[in-house]
Parts: sequence; C-alpha cells; structure tokens
Amino acid sequence: MSIQYIGLSEINGPIVVLENVPDLAFEEMVQLKLDNGTCRTGRVVQVNGTTAAIQVFEGTKDLGLNNTVTRFTGQPMRIPLSKEILGRVLNGSGKPVDGLGEIYPEKFADINGSPLNPVRRVYPRNYINTGISSVDCLTTLIRGQKLPIFSGSGMQHNKLAVQIVKQAKISEEEDAGFCVVFGAMGVKNDVAEYFRSSFEQSGVLKNVVMFLNLSNDPIIERILTPKCALSTAEYLAFEHDMHVLVILTDMTSYAEALREFSSSKGEIPGRKGYPGYLYSDLASIYERAGIIEGHKGSVTQIPILTMPNDDITHPVADLTGYITEGQIVLDRQLDQKGLYPPIAILPSLSRLMKDGIGDGYTREDHQDLANQLFASYAKVQDVRSLASVIGEEELSAVDRKYIEFGRYFEERFISQGVTEDRTIGETLDLGWKILSMLPREELDRVDNEALDKYLPKPEKEAAENDEPIL
Amino acid sequence: MGENTIYSINGPVITVRDTTDFFMLEMVHVGNAKLVGEVISTNRAFTTIQVYENTAGLKTCEPVKTSGGPLSVLLGPGILGNIFDGIERPLKDIAEADHSAFIPPGADVPVLDCEKQWDVTVKVKRGDELSAGQIYASCPETPLIEHRMMSPPGLSGKVTFAAQSGKYKLNDCIVKLMDEDGHEHELTLCQKWPIKVPRPVRKRMPIDTPLITGQRIIDTLFPLAKGGAAAVPGGFGAGKTMTQHQIAKWCDADIIIYIGCGERGNEMTQVLEEFSGLIDPKSGNKLTDRTVLIANTSNMPVAAREASIYTGVTLAEYYRDMGYHVAVMADSTSRWAEALREISGRLEEMPAEEGFPAYLPSRLSEFYERAGYMVTLNGQEGSVTVIGAVSPQGADFSEPVTQNTKRFVRSFWALDKSLAYARHYPSVNWLTSYSEYVDDLAPWYNKNAGAEFLECRRQIATILQQESRLMEIVKLIGADVLPDDQKLTIEIAKLIRVGYLQQNAFHADDTYVPLLKQLKMMQVILYLNHKAKELIAREKPVSGIAKTGLFDKVVKMKYDIPNDNLKLFDDYYKEIDEALAGIS
Repeated sequence: MSIQYIGLSEINGPIVVLENVPDLAFEEMVQLKLDNGTCRTGRVVQVNGTTAAIQVFEGTKDLGLNNTVTRFTGQPMRIPLSKEILGRVLNGSGKPVDGLGEIYPEKFADINGSPLNPVRRVYPRNYINTGISSVDCLTTLIRGQKLPIFSGSGMQHNKLAVQIVKQAKISEEEDAGFCVVFGAMGVKNDVAEYFRSSFEQSGVLKNVVMFLNLSNDPIIERILTPKCALSTAEYLAFEHDMHVLVILTDMTSYAEALREFSSSKGEIPGRKGYPGYLYSDLASIYERAGIIEGHKGSVTQIPILTMPNDDITHPVADLTGYITEGQIVLDRQLDQKGLYPPIAILPSLSRLMKDGIGDGYTREDHQDLANQLFASYAKVQDVRSLASVIGEEELSAVDRKYIEFGRYFEERFISQGVTEDRTIGETLDLGWKILSMLPREELDRVDNEALDKYLPKPEKEAAENDEPIL
Repeated sequence: MGENTIYSINGPVITVRDTTDFFMLEMVHVGNAKLVGEVISTNRAFTTIQVYENTAGLKTCEPVKTSGGPLSVLLGPGILGNIFDGIERPLKDIAEADHSAFIPPGADVPVLDCEKQWDVTVKVKRGDELSAGQIYASCPETPLIEHRMMSPPGLSGKVTFAAQSGKYKLNDCIVKLMDEDGHEHELTLCQKWPIKVPRPVRKRMPIDTPLITGQRIIDTLFPLAKGGAAAVPGGFGAGKTMTQHQIAKWCDADIIIYIGCGERGNEMTQVLEEFSGLIDPKSGNKLTDRTVLIANTSNMPVAAREASIYTGVTLAEYYRDMGYHVAVMADSTSRWAEALREISGRLEEMPAEEGFPAYLPSRLSEFYERAGYMVTLNGQEGSVTVIGAVSPQGADFSEPVTQNTKRFVRSFWALDKSLAYARHYPSVNWLTSYSEYVDDLAPWYNKNAGAEFLECRRQIATILQQESRLMEIVKLIGADVLPDDQKLTIEIAKLIRVGYLQQNAFHADDTYVPLLKQLKMMQVILYLNHKAKELIAREKPVSGIAKTGLFDKVVKMKYDIPNDNLKLFDDYYKEIDEALAGIS
C-alpha cells in the first residue's frame, strides 16, 4: 500500500502542485481521488526537491486544496492493449467511451514509446495506391511514411483523408491485415461523427480504432491523444503484423494545447508563444512511423493540420514540414474553383517517392512524367502571372498552350470524383495525354527515348471529334 | 564526500543541491540507470546537469556520480563504417545487445569493438624519442583507409617498450613511453579526447585547394575549399538533404563524417542502405569504408543532439591528424541551435533573438572554426571541411541561425523554394549564393582545370546576371518585345539553367561530372552563344536559330555524352557550325 497525500498546495490551470513528497519519479502517473468519489489521473511534469508539479488530464475543475487524496503510482503512463481494441472508440487518454466495457489487456505499453534505432529501420519502398491521381503520380504515399496534409479551415481535408482510407490499397497483397488508427484532437463533434459514419459506410469500421478528444474535452488529454494512438499503432503493426494507417487530426489543436499547458507551467515561450521544445515534441510523434527489420507490419502516418490564416510559415506547419517526409498542401484557390481534391501541386512533395516508384513498383516512366509535370506546371504559374499583366491575347503561341495545359491539368488530372478510384496506369496515361498538349520541344525533363515510347502522338481524330485531347 | 543525489528534474535538465564536487562540462552518471549527463553550471547552492538520455522515470534522491573528466569520445580503429548516436554509442551494437528495435535508456555497450584483432605495424623502437602527435603504429582499418595511432597531444618522451608488429586488440599496450618527469605511460590502439576541445595542430595553412564535388553549380560557380566551411540554407523540401547526400557521395575527401542532427530516422536508414550499396569511383571500394554516421534523429534526446555536432567534428579532427582530408556534413545545424534554445529555456536564461540564447553566435563560430587546412603535430597536411545545412524557420533567411552562420562560412549555397517547386535540382539559387573562395582557389583552377575555366565561369555568371535583369522586363511586358540580342541572352541563359546548372542525381553519368567535362560543356554553350551573336549582328532572328534544334541538342548533352568519352564534344562544334551556316 503506497502512501497517499491529502490535499494540494497549489492549483494553477491544469497543473496542481504537491509539496513534501519524497522519492518522486519524473513523468510518473498520479491518481487523484476527490471527496465526491470521482477519480482523476495526472502525470508528474516537474520535480523540485520534494515538490511535484502534476498535470491533471481531466482538468482541475472541482479540485480544491483540501478535497483530494493523491496517490503516486511510480509508473509511467501506460495504455492497456490487446487485439480486441480494433473497432473500439476510446477517449483521448485511452479509456473506452463506447460503452462496451474495459479492454482486457494483453500488454501495457508506455505511451511515450522509445526512439526507434535507425539501424533497425527498413527504408520504406512500397507505395500505397490511393486511387487519387495527384497523390499517386506526384506525391506518392509510401508504406511507412509520414505524409501530412496541410490544409486550412473550411477546406476538404477530411474528405480527402476519408477517400485515402477507403481506397488505400497496398501494391502487393500480403497476409498482413490493414487497419486504421484514428486520433482526433480538438475536432468538433460532427467532424468526428463524419469520420465514424464514413468508416462505417465503407465497411472498414471493424478495423478502425478511434481516439476521440473533441474540442470541448480537456486540453491535457489532448496532449496524450496522439501518443496513445501511436502506441496502439505500434502494437498492432509490430506485434500483430498489420499495416496501420494513422490519421491524426488536427495537429494545430495539439500544438495549441501544448502551448496552453506550457504557459501554465510558466515556461519561456519561443516563436508565437509556442514552447521552445515544440520541434522535439512534434518529432516524438511524427518519428513513430516506419517499418522495422524482421516485422511484417508498418506504421504510416497522415497527420492533418490546419494552417492558421493559410500561412505555411506558421510554426506548426513549418516545423511539421521539417520533420515529416513531405507534405500534401491544399490550396484555397483551387478549392474556390470547386475542384476536388484541391491539392496545390507545386509545394506538395513526397520525399520517399523517388525510391518507391518506377520499374518494379509502379511503372518505369513514373519519375520522368512526374518531373515533367512539375516543371511544366511551374511554368504555367509564370505564364499566368505574365498574362495577368499583359492579357492572355498578347501571349506567344507557346505560352497560350501552357495556359490551356494548366487548365486541363487542374480540371482533368488534379480534380476527380470523391469515389473515383483511378489505377496507377490510368493516372500515368492521363498525365502523358495532358503533356502531349505542349509542344514536344518544351518537354526538357524527359529523354527522347521515353518521349517516343509514352507520349501519345498528336491525334488527328481527336481534333476532328471536336473533343480536345481528352 | 557524501553521495550526491538528484534534487529537481525538468525535462533533460536536473539539478543537484549543496555540492562542490563537480566541475564545468564534467561528464556525470545520473541515477540508477547511469544515464550520461554533463555539468552545465555549478554554484554552491545548485549544480545543473543536462542529461543526454530520456529522463522519464528518474527519481529524486537517486545518485549522481562524477566521472572526473569531461565528456569524451573514444578514438581508435573501428570508427569507420560505423553508425553512432550523438555521444558515440554504436547503434548497431545497441540493437544487437538487446534484440530490440528501440533504443533503451542507459544502454551500456563498448564504443569500439574490443575483441577484434587488428593487424598492427609498430613504427617505433625502444629508445626512440616520441613527440606529441607523432605516429607510433598503424593498421589497415578498412581496405581504403590506414589507421595511424598517434601519441596523444601533450604527451611526449622516450620509448621504453615497443611491441612486435602483429595482431593486437584495441586495449593491448603496444608502446610504453617515459615522459620528462619519469612517469611511464602505456599507449594502446585508442585514446580519448574531450569533444568540446579542438585537437591541437602545428599550424593553419592558407586555403588553396578546392573540394571537388562533381556538382556543376558548386564546382563551377560557388566552389568550396578543402578546409573551408559552407552553409546550405533552405526551407523544407528545398533539397538540403539531397545536396548533402550528393556531396557526401561524390566529393574528393578521404573520409566523410555525416551527422544527422535532429533529422528523420528514415533518412539515416537511407544513407546506411545507399552508401553500403555504392562504390567509390576512385578506389572501387564501398563508400561505407570511408564514412562515419552520427545519427541523432529528431526524437532522440535533445541534449545528445547538441553533443552530436561536437562528436562528429572531433572524429573528423582525429582523422585529419593522421593526414587525411575529412568532410563533415552537419544536417542540420538549425536543429542543433534549437537544442541549445531548448536547454537554455529550461535553464530560464534570458533569451536573445527569437528565443535563442545570446551565446548562439559564439557557439556557431566555435564549431565552424574547427574547419581548416592544417599542418598536424606530426608534420602532415590534413583538412576538415564543414558543410552545415541550415533549416530557417518559414524559409526566412533573416532568422538568427542563418544570419549568424553567414558570418562564419565563406561558401553560401542558398536553396530556393521556387526552383525546388519546378523540380530544378540542385535548387541552389545562382543570384543569392556566393563563394568567397574563388580568389583563393584561382591559382589551383588555372593550373589544374585549365586556364580557360575561370574565364568561362565569369561569362556564364554574367549571362545569368543579365538574364535576371531582363526577366524583370519580361515579367511586365512579355518576351516578344525584346530586341533579338536580348532574346538570345534569355535563350542562352535558359540553356545554362536547364542544361548546365540543373543536374540529375539519379542519372548514371550526370550524378557526378568531372571538372574537365564541366569545362567542355561551358565551352560548347559559350561557343554557341558567340556564333549565334554573330548571326544576330547580321540581323538574323533568334527564332531561326531556335528552329535548328541546336538549343535542345545542347541542353541534352549532359545526358548524351558519357563521362569517359569526352571526344564527343568535338562533334558539337561541327554541328553548331553547320547548322548556323544553314541560316546565313
């Protein structure tokens, strides 16, 4: 029986302080029992001699200096796990909220995890076919990658995430199962419900674990949500050999919770008031993706974040971009044009793509095509800005072709239906077809051999049919 | 002396109360798990220690033990080809020791393989005088590199015992040395050196040799000298890591130290996989034979991230002292600066710019000044070249790390987001980058790369400058209204950008281009420019020249001409002459 402490010395926002406690362990878990019989959990976040600062996950409402009894567990925060967790809905700190009872643990996992030894990682190479042209062709998602979606309020990031989950196919089918761990941090109730019902409709719900911390839930719990979700994902991937796709939304809310918590601890703020350790903290989340030598499973992360004021240099987006292996950026203008998915091609990038595509993975011409599309579309932007000054009529013939190319590229290639599932072959052929709108001399990123093989010849029939190119 | 115990814990920072047992920068062992830490401030009331490992689970009243020395690295054969964390713990051995894919706290494995038998040649005999830094033995460390054991700086004397050449283990005594005071020292195959102290040298040499990277924009426009320092700043996705990898693969240094400081785990795995598959073009051996990796990924403890930079550069100095040319890639120094900021914040120090501590510039300069072309204590020449990636917040180059770095490096390769968006790699912006080494290196280029090299370089740079001026006009009124000679400049500049500056890292020939081919490519481009200008002067339109297809042909010469058959360049002159003769 461990010692219990009556009362508290100080309460400050989500932090309570307790004095005269010998033998404190850093980051150990604490249970606080209130007079009214309810129980809360907390974690030691700072130790100063015999004084402990404790963050209370469920918030400090109703806590008083005299009405609590505190017990120190001596253990770090752990989450109970078993394979039965699939299909369950839990709150942000890993407690079931679907009324189906407790989880019978096969194992307890420390939610902080440990850094993965780079020597034991396997470099991710197998791509995930999402059926979305702009993702598959230009920012290919690789199994074991962390590829965030940078969005803004009011854009269709949720729809895109759902479409990826529904359509995600792994190139070579293996015995390993496929499942989704969904972590919601500070999202609205109806957004969470949208995800749940979408998963249900597509019949994947039994393979989904949901961690829900809604926008009115305590912020301290929000700090735990991604860690619980990732511990679950690691467990499923590395002990049950499953391919796990982790969706975390919204990372901006997470960072804001961290900021709130940091300021209540009285820490020195860094950029925009976020704590100086924001980079390390985000890294401890994002780096928990990958493949381990000798294990069949994998953890792939798609964090979603909304850029405040669509500002990609905002600290959260900026630091995320430095840690993750690329990013898919959504664009307000495309969204306003009614195009879905509104992916801004130029700032989007998949760092692992170069090794996961081409001969043996997708098709040998994939890299060439992607490079040329990027280069040509970048040129479209130059031409457009010129056209906005001198008018489209004044443009040279080649430049006018670029304008036309840009339009078709956005409307036919980037844009597609919510349920439209294009194979990689369809996507690549479509890309070449659109490129053939440009004069062949302009395609300077591809060597002649590939052009001869893949570039469709200018079709006379197409011109006659009055159906321009497509 | 009573036992010192932990008083407070705040993230990676702990304090010990009421003790005077510690000295500044001393290495200590913290807690029952014996986590490695370093003393960063001490006074009568409190000693503050930063811990290089995760402090979760650490308890107050656990012991803190002194080690009596500063944080040091072990230097000896077995370093090359290895992968270490920020405080020189071998990650491969950690993985094998506990059969886990994760790094446990307090992992305790020997730094270097103590059991391996090295084939040692002893180079001194009894009675010889051995001065500090002199070589007393050597052994082949990898097929490529001979490891030379040197007496530690500061230690000299008479040899009283020298073992026979033969097979020895790391800790076997092979030489005994009597110093002036009559103390006897045993020398083994290894030695220790504190990471924050630069290893002494005899003197610093002026810089006169370039580090050839095979990357056209670097070798031609913004060269880096052996013993110099360069910075590669760029926002995320601009290609910093790619640039670093390319240089690590192809530069003509003898040894590469690659420090992954607060970067992605998968990237380190990629380097590991790629380098063990690649063959060094000069020696035919595996690239890993000349490479050391220091991996401190972003989720590893932040204090070790701070140490990783020093660990890397200390290893580099050790090999420099043997007479090698070493290149250090630090990816990324911004993460290191952020580690400083994070720890400074935990210490509640007064922040300067953007929350960074006021001592950021002095720390940066200490690091970059460890680069240099030196005469070592044993009279050989060696160099340490530092290439630091910088990740500015929001890709804004006015932030403190970039600005301060600029003061201490002389090659500045600014990566440009818009080039990266158009997938123009390496995305080094030719207008904002610079190299101050050009004048220092001019004699070398004139002698080794051909007298025309620098003249061609100047002309290429001028055309690019002119283009940027013309583009301002084009952006406003379109290219059609320009006179023909200016249109030609734009066409030629495009040719230079796409055909010369842009380089394909995945193309077998284009990934590394020798200086001679670089020169010949420039000459062809400039010849075309010259001839086309003559035609324009005779009032032939640029469009006519474009119709010949010459521009396209020249753009693709980087792919069409293999590196080992440079004779093909002669055909280009003929073709240019013939095609242009057709117009006039």
